[in-house]
Amino acid sequence: MTTLLELKNVSKYYSKDIAALSNIHFSIEEGEFVSVIGPSGAGKSTLLRCINRMIEASSGEVVFNGTNIRKLGRKGLRETRTQIGMIFQHYNLVTRLTVIENVLHGRLGYKSAVAGMLGIYSQEEKQQAIRLLEELGLSQHMYKRVDQLSGGQKQRVGIARALIQNPKMLLCDEPIASLDPGSSKIIMDHIKNISASYKITCLVNLHQVDVALKYSDRIIGVNKGEVVFNGKPSELTTDMIHKIYGSETGDLIFEAGERNAG
Amino acid sequence: MQVDIFLKKKLHNLSFILLLGTAVLGAIILTEYDVAKGFSSVPAAIQWALSNFYPDSESMEKFPDIFEKLVETVLISVAATTSGAALALLFAIAGSSTTQFNRFLGQVSRTIATVFRNIDMAVWSMILLFSFGQSAFTGYFALFFGSFGFLTRAFIESIDEVGDSSVEALRATGAGYFSIIFQSVIPSSISQMISWILFMIETNIRSATLIGILTGTGIGFAFSMYYKSLDYNAASLVVLVIVAAIFIIEWVSNYVRRVIL
Repeated sequence: MTTLLELKNVSKYYSKDIAALSNIHFSIEEGEFVSVIGPSGAGKSTLLRCINRMIEASSGEVVFNGTNIRKLGRKGLRETRTQIGMIFQHYNLVTRLTVIENVLHGRLGYKSAVAGMLGIYSQEEKQQAIRLLEELGLSQHMYKRVDQLSGGQKQRVGIARALIQNPKMLLCDEPIASLDPGSSKIIMDHIKNISASYKITCLVNLHQVDVALKYSDRIIGVNKGEVVFNGKPSELTTDMIHKIYGSETGDLIFEAGERNAG
Repeated sequence: MQVDIFLKKKLHNLSFILLLGTAVLGAIILTEYDVAKGFSSVPAAIQWALSNFYPDSESMEKFPDIFEKLVETVLISVAATTSGAALALLFAIAGSSTTQFNRFLGQVSRTIATVFRNIDMAVWSMILLFSFGQSAFTGYFALFFGSFGFLTRAFIESIDEVGDSSVEALRATGAGYFSIIFQSVIPSSISQMISWILFMIETNIRSATLIGILTGTGIGFAFSMYYKSLDYNAASLVVLVIVAAIFIIEWVSNYVRRVIL
């Protein structure tokens, strides 16, 4: 296995004394499925966005596929971003456009300013979009406007938009936080399948500990901007969960003791 | 304690009403306005309007002339609004916090728009009278500047309202600035913007009448000309034609809004 992503001492300060992230240090192997768990405000979203520089880290190194992303210029950053797909809690689609147009937006990173402005896509790209939508079970909705879709369907459009980039890695920022349990399962199954069949590395922020335990190869626990746990799901003890969430026994809606029952 | 709050509120309201009353009374005394005479002359004014201010058969002969002036006014309003909107779109993209190139240019474009918005169109036309004289240009530019200032503000609101979520998503795919503007920002906010443009056209046709009186062009000039030459019948026809035109424009723009929104 080769290392695809490595974070070295990454810190982020929004103001002088408050650290959103402090000395984050971990690496991810190619093809791994890694979940990040932790309480709200622990810095999970910031952590994810520091990787593709949607948020600039204050210090440290982010090494992706052999290059330090933090040292890249504008052009290099754009090229690297095409290699990293991103999926959002609120889908972040252009709701007034059709499903297929939103999927094709994933190709804009590869386009010149003129082709991007005019939305000129090749026949091949359009066919790939159709293939992906079929794979995600959206072939009937291809030409519908996105605002006519349900939450679960919108998230599948978001996944298709990320996949058409042909990414090496997917960053998923709480992909199921706004979805009902049924849609959540569909979305997580899709992400897991994609990770396995396309060999795409996934880094997923999650609020649901049980979901993280079920799907992940590895779990990273974050509390107050620091990594407090980094290991296999089987190593995540009840005590450790309470340490990640800074809680006492009985304070959490999920108890680790139940995890073998499901 | 609760009683105190209610009592306080009542006293607050009462003192506000008293203050307002004093201001009105003071103004009446200062300007020596005769309230009784003011109200009693209303019936007389209505009577005058009914007996003089109506189109007769003679004034109907002037209808083609008036209609031509109306068309001129409407076309100038539409031209000023659409060209103002094009410029406003550029300034709005530069001025919205989601899409600005940088903070400084954003502030500059917002300031320019504020200056243009806060100078009234009537003031613009009087300033521009010096450069262009009594011509259609003066009216066009007055409407153009006013529309530009207002629409920039409205477009910035439209862009901000849509939010930056899809902009964030496209930035994350590695898309460039212009791709993001044309593929995400404009498609998301275009219908709201068109709605604002339609509103501006309606407003401009109304303002154009007043500006026409000042600049001596269009339907406003026709009104002031007939009015000053004591041809009240023709002047009333002008008013009716303007009202009808505004009704039609409003109906059309409501229809367009229903279709696009």
